[in-house]
Amino acid sequence: MSSVRVLAGTRKGGFVLTSDGKRKDWKVDGPFFAGWEIYHMKGSEADPNRIYASQTSGWFGQLIQRSDDGGRTWRQPGLKPGDPDMTAFPDKAPNRFLYDTSSETGKPLTTHQWYDGTQHPWEFKRVWHIEPSLTDPDTVYAGVEDAALFRSTDGGESWHELSGLRGHGTGSQWAPGAGGMGVHTIIPDATNPRRMYIAISAAGAFRTDDGGSTWKPINQGLRSQYIPDPKAEIGHCVHHVAMHRSRPEVLFMQKHWDVMRTDNAGESWHEVSGNLPTDFGFAIDVHAHEPETIYVVPIKSDSEHFPIEGKLRVYRSRTGGNEWEPLAKGLPERDCYVNVLRDAMAVDRLDQCGIYFGTTGGQVYASPDSGETWAPIVRDLPAVFSVEVQTLN
Amino acid sequence: MTSIANESGNAGAARIHVAIPYHLRNLAGVDGEVLLEVAPPVTLRNVLNALESRYPMLRGTIRDYATGERRAFLRFFACEEDWSLNSPDEELPESVASGKEPLLIIGAIAGG
Repeated sequence: MSSVRVLAGTRKGGFVLTSDGKRKDWKVDGPFFAGWEIYHMKGSEADPNRIYASQTSGWFGQLIQRSDDGGRTWRQPGLKPGDPDMTAFPDKAPNRFLYDTSSETGKPLTTHQWYDGTQHPWEFKRVWHIEPSLTDPDTVYAGVEDAALFRSTDGGESWHELSGLRGHGTGSQWAPGAGGMGVHTIIPDATNPRRMYIAISAAGAFRTDDGGSTWKPINQGLRSQYIPDPKAEIGHCVHHVAMHRSRPEVLFMQKHWDVMRTDNAGESWHEVSGNLPTDFGFAIDVHAHEPETIYVVPIKSDSEHFPIEGKLRVYRSRTGGNEWEPLAKGLPERDCYVNVLRDAMAVDRLDQCGIYFGTTGGQVYASPDSGETWAPIVRDLPAVFSVEVQTLN
Repeated sequence: MTSIANESGNAGAARIHVAIPYHLRNLAGVDGEVLLEVAPPVTLRNVLNALESRYPMLRGTIRDYATGERRAFLRFFACEEDWSLNSPDEELPESVASGKEPLLIIGAIAGG
């Protein structure tokens, strides 16, 4: 019988939530890495027992953790379990993210734009998002702050920057938002292993068609009134992007404001906010079996960043945008002032598609019926940064 | 409880006690102070090198990979003196080098 495994990264540790296909009764394991910020956890589709986690701390920096048994046990890749006598790594380590400064490809990539418009050195801070390869459990991508893309081909034991992203030409113009400047979205194209999309706050969306060597901004059609040139090539605060695997040229974007859509791999975007009560939000995802069914969680802004009128509602469009309906059955109808962060929504692939999201109030909600009804899996976790789902057979 | 590391039998090596923060103890899998053998001179750099060699899971957690600098929320103390801004190549006090006093690696209080 099929089952699901929900991976919840929180401000104070990681949690693994499991259930059978009914998705009614849940087992909660964790916290793993208690006390550390777990920005993101994601499993490999090539080997569902392989899960990667980004573990970070203001005190101790970045660690990468890996599980090879479905989240029961974890270790830093490259360290043998129970072998603390292992000598130091020579030139690699699972938590070493060094920007490319080589004379060939990295030398010009020394600064980006700071808040005051001056140039500022790139400084690695943390891994925001981990994206395992669709076909190789040992290949995994990491989107980091300050914005860059890294890849490991040895199961996370070492990381190397794909510096063509920062080096494509606009890197020196990228600037952080108040929340930092990080690569938060990484979307591989299952039909074309050389194509991948990424998104950066607050630079925009980018695409590679050659396996990550070169990149181009794909922001035409975005309008952002909070930057000097609302139609600029870069500078847009993209919050998240989602794709249905069967239609890799159709992307849906939740921008700082505006829900956007492209039907040509990002060459041009158009707005599909339609009748949403507010088009601000962070999370967006696509139904597993219906490519035109998308989900967002409208959030009030500027800066309030909680549901409108204290009513937590997911909005669903079955028309690929523009026409939206609220989904509220089982969600708080009053006094709810949480946020749903960009990586905190996911879907499973069971026949009756399940939708999941986590809140900064520590709830993880699940809907086993495509959003019609909701119930909390857990109510009192630390603030949820990320939610990913594995559908297991 | 003190964890004894690197029992190499090196007659010239000093045996240094190092106290590390709670989360690093968990990462390293030790309960109390770490006891390291450090070849002279006993400097901060050599102690940290020995610590990271013995416990590679700590690499990058005390010193930033890119800069080699102490992480901002950590400080080093020896014999009740703050060594955080001292040269990493300065020899630590005799009491630390002889193992009588520990080198303290202390994390900033979270506040609140």
